[in-house]
Amino acid sequence: MAAITLLEAVKQGLWEEMERDKNVFILGEDVGEYGGAFKVTDGFLKQFGADRVIDTPISESAIVGAACGAAMMGLRPVAEMQFIDFISCCFDMLTNYAAKSRYRQGIGIPMVVRGPCGGGVHGGPFHSQNVEAFFLNTPGLKMVEPSTPYDAKGLIKAAIRDDDPVLFFEHKLLYRNPKIKQEVPDDDYLVPIGKAATRREGRDLSIITYGAMVYTALDAAAALAKEGIEAEIVDLRTLAPFDREAVCETVKKTSKIMILHEATRTGGMAGELTAVINEEVFEYLDAPVVRVTSIDTPVPYAPPLEEFFLPQVEDVLKAARALVKY
Amino acid sequence: MNKEQQLEIYYYLHLTRTLEDKLENLLKQGKIIGGLFRSLGQEATAVGSAYALDKNHNDMVSPLTRDMGAMMVMGAQPREVFSSYLARTTSPNQGRDQNLHFTDLQRGFIGTVSPLGTMIAVMNGVVMGARMQGKQTVGMVYIGDGATSTGAFHEALNFAAVQNLPLVIVAEHNGFAYSTPTAKQMRIQNLADRAQAYGMPSEIVDGNDVLAVYEVARRAVDRAREGGGPTMIEAKTFRMRGHAAHDNQSYVAKELLDEWRKKDPLENYERQLLESNVAITDELEAIRNRVEALLGEDLAWTESQPTFKGEDAVAGVYA
Ligand SMILES: Cc1ncc(C[n+]2csc(CCOP(=O)(O)OP(=O)(O)O)c2C)c(N)n1
Repeated sequence: MAAITLLEAVKQGLWEEMERDKNVFILGEDVGEYGGAFKVTDGFLKQFGADRVIDTPISESAIVGAACGAAMMGLRPVAEMQFIDFISCCFDMLTNYAAKSRYRQGIGIPMVVRGPCGGGVHGGPFHSQNVEAFFLNTPGLKMVEPSTPYDAKGLIKAAIRDDDPVLFFEHKLLYRNPKIKQEVPDDDYLVPIGKAATRREGRDLSIITYGAMVYTALDAAAALAKEGIEAEIVDLRTLAPFDREAVCETVKKTSKIMILHEATRTGGMAGELTAVINEEVFEYLDAPVVRVTSIDTPVPYAPPLEEFFLPQVEDVLKAARALVKY
Repeated sequence: MNKEQQLEIYYYLHLTRTLEDKLENLLKQGKIIGGLFRSLGQEATAVGSAYALDKNHNDMVSPLTRDMGAMMVMGAQPREVFSSYLARTTSPNQGRDQNLHFTDLQRGFIGTVSPLGTMIAVMNGVVMGARMQGKQTVGMVYIGDGATSTGAFHEALNFAAVQNLPLVIVAEHNGFAYSTPTAKQMRIQNLADRAQAYGMPSEIVDGNDVLAVYEVARRAVDRAREGGGPTMIEAKTFRMRGHAAHDNQSYVAKELLDEWRKKDPLENYERQLLESNVAITDELEAIRNRVEALLGEDLAWTESQPTFKGEDAVAGVYA
């Protein structure tokens, strides 16, 4: 068992599922011979053949449409978006076909649409987005975003075995980050969809977050600890449907809640989480729920602009101190 | 075409090539933010086609990132390109977007976006709008072989044909879409066949022959201006670098690269100018020196410009 990167973990999970179940197949742009723009499917074509590792034309709509149809026939397609930003090109297939199929016609669509998300690499407005809020308002879609290699492997396997469509977001900043390498079991394990994980225990406030922001939260928590403030960090892992129980539990425990995400502010995950907290555990709160998010602009390209756009450790610290004082 | 024009074309070809060479060096020095998508080997397609547009009619072009030559022809300046790539405050896109994603409606270029196919649909509206305003504007828009697989491309081509829009679609057939060869992208040999399905005329041209590209584009532009509707031009060319600088294009056969290296559009044009006695070596050399001086000056200027302040990110989302 060697320490592996998050990218390596997604790859392992995919590989094992391909070995385990002949119904699993991969399709997308440059996924075969090239092994994917980020090399997640490197070596798959050679191992599993062109019938199960399909290089497609640049046709996101047709890719996801085909995945829907194949899934209805009992296959388990995994479609790659070269960058998750281009999922906008198959919006109709996802929101109108995949999401509604089970409800409309009683037929589930067990497909995964996965791809690299997130900013911090100066990719500009079209290679940096976090797209969860586009889909949060669509009942029928599940959304997952792992922050650790262990979870990445367990969750991609769970997503493939899930009987409903799962959008699987892989933060490109975490892909090869050596600092988050982890030893991951070689054997078959799943991380359940719909369950959050507590990354750090604390009593003074809770930071509910996911994806690369888990590490921003951890860095902030380390600094806060030096000031005597103990922050709890809840990593959602599944964004839809998210773990209400875990969210409510941490509210009951610390009574002070910050929601931290990289996606832009308005209409984002944080708003929805806040509403649920208000509905279910309002009386446990000792302060209004605080949002720390990216600002409401497209993702800017120039480094100083992008840095300003993205939530930084400093932003978390400021908000945390104010929250604790409240 | 007179001598002055032919030399002007040489200027733009050489400018495009050398500007990209400089960008490649800057990338190696770690000064470029983000990626670099070169048009090495394809410059004649962009330059020759855009040269057929008429600035007096406020013709509009929407180039891809591999069509810097078209941006140059329409009057984009090297300092704008440097400023964008180096993310300086003088950047025409204010640091909000990258590389050649910048627009000047006056000069007649509309920066592309990354999602492929989008700009054909947008350019339909540009020329439709201009027509509604009584203008004789012709639009030109570029698309790669790979991007002709998108839904947006097909919807927009059909729309342009049905509305009889004054649009010229330049399809750059450069062999590969990232790592995907055309044979995996479509079952047809020629992108031009795509146009037939929509009742749109098309022409195939050697994309590495700048004057041939110009001639074909000129006919299409004239036809569009006279109310004859859209045309698709397929330019056969080759991408001599990887998709972007990180890609060593190991998936491209060496023989293929060798074969196309012999068809280098800049070297061939240079030879053509000399052999046909349009120009003498000194004249070409003078042009090259002019380019070198301009690039040196613009790069030095750009590097002396400041970078952005974080708060600059906030403004500009709404009017
Ligand atoms: C809708 C969409 N899907 C995927 C991508 C990712 N992508 C960027 S360039 C590219 C290949 C484009 O190939 P082609 O159109 O032939 O142009 P070329 O790069 O060869 O000039 C891909 C797949 C994208 N930009 N937009």
